[in-house]
Amino acid sequence: MYQAIVFLPLVGFLIAGLFGRAIGARASEVVTTGLLGISALLSWFALYQVGYAGRGTTVELMQWIHAGSLNVSWTLRIDTLTAVMLVVVNSVSFLVHLYSIGYMHEDPHRPRFFAYLSLFTFAMLMLVTANDLLQMFFGWEGVGLASYLLIGFWFKKPTANAAAMKAFVVNRVGDFGFALGIFGLYKLTGSISFDAVFGAAQGLVGQKMEFLGYQLDALTVVCLLLFMGAMGKSAQFLLHTWLPDAMEGPTPVSALIHAATMVTAGVFMVARLSPVFEYSPTALTVVMFFGATTAFFAATVGLVQNDIKRVIAYSTCSQLGYMFVALGAGAYSVGIFHLFTHAFFKALLFLGAGSVIHAMHHEQDIRRMGGLAGHIKFTYAMMLIGTLALTGFGLPFLHLGFAGYYSKDAIIEVAYAAHSVMGPYAFTLTVAAAAMTSFYSWRLIFMTFHGKPRWAEAHAAHDDHAHAAHGHDDHAHGHAKADDHGHAHDDHGHGHHAHQPHESPLVMLIPLGALAAGSVLAGAVFSKKFAYEDGIKSFFRESIFMRPENHIIHDFHSVPGWVPWTPFVMMALGFVLAWYMYIRAPHVPAELARRHQGLYQFLLNKWYFDELYDRIFVRPAQWLGRFFWKKGDGWLIDGFGPDGIAARVVDVTRGVVRLQTGYVYHYAFAMLIGVAALATWFMFSGGVAGSH
Amino acid sequence: MSNAPILSIITFLPLLGALLILMVRGDDAAAKRNIRMIALFATAVTFGLSLIPVALFNPGTAEFQFVERANWLGGVISYRMGIDGISLPLIILTTFLMPFCILASWQAIDTRVKEYMVAFLVLETLMIGVFCALDIVLFYLFFEAGLIPMFLIIGIWGGKRRIYASFKFFLYTLLGSVLMLLAIMAMIWTAGTSDIAELIKQGPTVFSRDMQFWLWIAFFASFAVKMPMWPVHTWLPDAHVEAPTAGSVILAGVLLKMGGYGFLRFSLPMFPEASQFFAPFVFTLSVIAIVYTSLVAMVQEDIKKLIAYSSVAHMGFVTMGIFAGNAEGIQGAVFQMVSHGIVSGALFLCVGVVYDRMHTREIAAYGGLVNRMPVYAVIFMIFTMANVGLPGTSGFVGEFLTLIGTFKASTKVAFLACFGLILSACYALWLYWQVIWGELTKPALKSIADVDRREIAILAPLVVLTILLGVYPKPVLSTSEVAVNALVESYNQANAAAGKTAAAAPR
Repeated sequence: MYQAIVFLPLVGFLIAGLFGRAIGARASEVVTTGLLGISALLSWFALYQVGYAGRGTTVELMQWIHAGSLNVSWTLRIDTLTAVMLVVVNSVSFLVHLYSIGYMHEDPHRPRFFAYLSLFTFAMLMLVTANDLLQMFFGWEGVGLASYLLIGFWFKKPTANAAAMKAFVVNRVGDFGFALGIFGLYKLTGSISFDAVFGAAQGLVGQKMEFLGYQLDALTVVCLLLFMGAMGKSAQFLLHTWLPDAMEGPTPVSALIHAATMVTAGVFMVARLSPVFEYSPTALTVVMFFGATTAFFAATVGLVQNDIKRVIAYSTCSQLGYMFVALGAGAYSVGIFHLFTHAFFKALLFLGAGSVIHAMHHEQDIRRMGGLAGHIKFTYAMMLIGTLALTGFGLPFLHLGFAGYYSKDAIIEVAYAAHSVMGPYAFTLTVAAAAMTSFYSWRLIFMTFHGKPRWAEAHAAHDDHAHAAHGHDDHAHGHAKADDHGHAHDDHGHGHHAHQPHESPLVMLIPLGALAAGSVLAGAVFSKKFAYEDGIKSFFRESIFMRPENHIIHDFHSVPGWVPWTPFVMMALGFVLAWYMYIRAPHVPAELARRHQGLYQFLLNKWYFDELYDRIFVRPAQWLGRFFWKKGDGWLIDGFGPDGIAARVVDVTRGVVRLQTGYVYHYAFAMLIGVAALATWFMFSGGVAGSH
Repeated sequence: MSNAPILSIITFLPLLGALLILMVRGDDAAAKRNIRMIALFATAVTFGLSLIPVALFNPGTAEFQFVERANWLGGVISYRMGIDGISLPLIILTTFLMPFCILASWQAIDTRVKEYMVAFLVLETLMIGVFCALDIVLFYLFFEAGLIPMFLIIGIWGGKRRIYASFKFFLYTLLGSVLMLLAIMAMIWTAGTSDIAELIKQGPTVFSRDMQFWLWIAFFASFAVKMPMWPVHTWLPDAHVEAPTAGSVILAGVLLKMGGYGFLRFSLPMFPEASQFFAPFVFTLSVIAIVYTSLVAMVQEDIKKLIAYSSVAHMGFVTMGIFAGNAEGIQGAVFQMVSHGIVSGALFLCVGVVYDRMHTREIAAYGGLVNRMPVYAVIFMIFTMANVGLPGTSGFVGEFLTLIGTFKASTKVAFLACFGLILSACYALWLYWQVIWGELTKPALKSIADVDRREIAILAPLVVLTILLGVYPKPVLSTSEVAVNALVESYNQANAAAGKTAAAAPR
């Protein structure tokens, strides 16, 4: 069964990828979606088998790499943590497949698209079922490849190509750390299989390791290196720059990347390696720091973005930060809980956004939307549910709410209760981020669905015949005029067919409905298993390790009474502010932006990270490359080495060429024969001499 | 086992093909066709025969197998052939790549076909000879003579600057070989034998510490050029750029492996003390090669040059792994050599595909090829990813093993070498983006055709092998395992013994 769960998507990929053109687009869609459907169903069954009935297992497939004492085989490790991820990945992926049948129906390259989606899913499944670090690395880089292909799916679009490459390279920066972490664990424990590493972890406490000439705490070094990998995949602060650009891919891809696969890999990795991280308080503190910083940073940027997908993208970034805060506090299952609920409502929001974009004929700028609530009622309702879930709407005194209410509020409480120097920092930032989350989410809803329709004029001049030509790359250049809802920069000056927004087809709406159900229920149904001591013990068992001294799960349930209310207050605050600024007094945002131009630009340009990295990494690397090439190879090595001699030789042979009508090679040949003959003679005499 | 001299047959069969080709008369289309068919047949049969040692090979012993002996050149020097787990994969790599080279030259080469095919077949004999020779003089002859056909292939069928490139190639390699020749003479003089197996057994004890150093340096001069290692790598980009496609394939696929093979066959087992002493030096050069040439690759304007520079970087992983001196590193190095032979060979074949159509290698002349060549785009993507070292392709296994082996030896070196992971993604994906993706706007490309049956027939087996070895590298790893373990053991023993005597001897 587990083989089927993991390999059916691969089969789908191979069928659609190799024979897509032969069997046609419709068949490719049906095959890949159908196979994933089976995988998804089996995954839920697996969750029951493993989580509730306690029948975890490992399935060894075949040997992979064996050299020296390193022995790695392809194995499926099925425990509760894996089963939860199987459910998340396969369910969301199945719904995304289904949705894409509708969303991509105009695209000529559908077989390729569905093949990539299935490949993406397969890579992620290999990652979550890994039984050793190397197979995890395989899946890890595999999702990197698949995301590269999917982000660059519209290969004619230069921005998509750039974004795809950026995603791959930034991820590789993280993988650099991951790889070194693997090497480190191998050096320390002599193995990279989870069981061996976990068994050895406790014995490594306090042990030193030489790294780059320093004697450092072994576990801390290894954990931090591994965490670097997690930062890359999960788009944490400093390595986050690829995630917003990944919006260049088709919207279903964004949903898949942001909700279920890829970005969750980092969170999963830390949870999976909890037996190692648990023994390095320093590393956990760092994890918490980056988590909290990311949660806050991404939320501030999300406040001012105008591309509907970008707002949600930054929200993902921010929510991932929350998850790492939980992990950093030692509450691994709570982090996974948020991963689980987040998968539903983030996929819902993205697919909802896709439905909006579909309705608006590939318009993504929320400044050119507005008043859509009446036109696309179902999508509106779904987006509302997603927003309520994301902002964590719930009633603290009844302890009842949407999915995000359970998981996100739990994280904020965990941050408060954390026995870490980073605790207060994380608590403050996550609370602040909660307010901002609420603000930007409602801003999105209000600007898209409420107020005056701003699309009628804008769309008078808008065509929809090719996806590839579209995509508003509107973040980079001059939006100083920003919130004046400028219709000025309409660069699609063709045609003149005004469109009415239209509701999406059923095949797109059904996934929305399913995800909405998850967004409402996932928290309430699973909170006992993920966030309460007894539940965790019976549900996760050995798949998550917490030291006996780690009482965070117990402690966060006994925080002071005002703490659970803070996220609620923040949520309400964000809502009211958004309502005031975008419904009640719509002139305020523009005024604010004008008055605080510097801050506004700083946020709009994402704290200028892209520019900074371009200055300090990209350009120096290119300069160095050119310098080494021209000066190093060209001037220094060649100039003083072969060219000095070769130039003479060539001069001579040119003369010979002129004399001998071009048969220079015979001379060269003769010369070499001479060398060989000479050598043989030397050898002969040497050999004879040696024999005496 | 049968008594047939199977290694000699494999080695000299291509030469027989060359003789047959020389007998073909005429220069018309029919003659050319015959010549090509003979060459293809000879290389294909050689490949088929080379599978016999694979089938009969005993992976459980580190001793040389299929050993042949014949007297030659008086008493000491003799004709000795034999293989072990380190040389066998490289022999198969050679015989496997040759038919593809002939096929790749099918239409691309139309002048002096006879000489071209003869040169290639002679080259094959010499290359297989290098990996089979068990006599150091025989090795030297094969090793150096290989220079001649390659020199001719670049010099006659090369591009515009072929004379410059071929002389650069020649000068560099000649310099190294002179020193190696002197070292070989000294070795025979001291040890009284030219038998490689004997030299491996006696070398560590017979050669004094000081002598080991000088011998090591002399061999290093030759092998480092062949690898090529920084800073003696600058012949490679020029040679690749000017060589015809098949020449590049063989150059990258096999000739570069001779240096690595040399380190494993001579430097490490015969001069273990010197190898350990110089390991930091080799590490330094390897890391420089990885980082420096990757950076240089990023700014190249010529497709072949970019791949050539990336080859230098990948060979840096090989030298690093070899001198890590542990099983992981050396197994990784052997695997990386095989994998790089396949992947870089395939990449040059891919370049050849578009070069045959457009007759330019300039990156800027391409763009948007996926629009007209979707199958080509897929194939090129697979090899690009193998070049980047994506897990699941053969490129990953070698890189990973050499790095993990190096990490055991020195964290600093492994740390710096890991930058290669990032940089390789930069240059390889950038190339892919510039050549394959985007709108197809250039008028010259408007009617470019996708890969045809012949080209698919050439590239498909390489695709399969790249992925197969990435997922299931066991065939190569288990072949070399015992030989590598024995090498590591004797290397460590020799150094441990040397450490003891050094400590015992009062100074």
